Amino acid sequence: MALTKEKIIDSVYNQAGLSKNQSRRVVESLLETMKKSLSKGESLLISGFGKFIVKDKAARKGRNPQTRKDLNLRARRVIVFRTSGVLRRKINHKD
Amino acid sequence: MNKSQLITVLAKTEDLTIRSAEDIVNTFFKEVEKSLLNDDRVEIRGLGSFKIKQYDGYDGRNPKTGKKIKVKSKKLPFFKVGKELKERVDKL
Repeated sequence: MALTKEKIIDSVYNQAGLSKNQSRRVVESLLETMKKSLSKGESLLISGFGKFIVKDKAARKGRNPQTRKDLNLRARRVIVFRTSGVLRRKINHKD
Repeated sequence: MNKSQLITVLAKTEDLTIRSAEDIVNTFFKEVEKSLLNDDRVEIRGLGSFKIKQYDGYDGRNPKTGKKIKVKSKKLPFFKVGKELKERVDKL
């Protein structure tokens, strides 16, 4: 089963000595802090986990593969995630 | 922003001690990690989702020496940005 926000709130609730509502609030606040930083164009580095990098993509010409029509893709700003070496090794050494 | 800055901001906005903000941030990433180590998906509304992708091994070459090498199969987490964050980041 996929891990969801609700389960993370439960773990925080079980560990932090906060009420369920406080736990929810704090997790939402944490997520908002992360999103705010990224929205400002600032990358987010979590050592031992990975980094969320904000990248500026140049505009380019593309094609709709279904209709084969040419189209212009505007310049975009996107997020890419790069897994830390530590986590990568953990994931691959397990089996 | 790095993890300790994230902890400091969370402590300030939620009026927590640095210590408990640190525990909360660590719990968050530990849970995601645990799930990925079990090959489970992670889905966080508004932020995005993580899943493990399996990459097959292949015969490669060392580009410098031209020597043939076997690249082993591997697993890597893949992050897909959620709609809300995607739109917020792309706004000027």
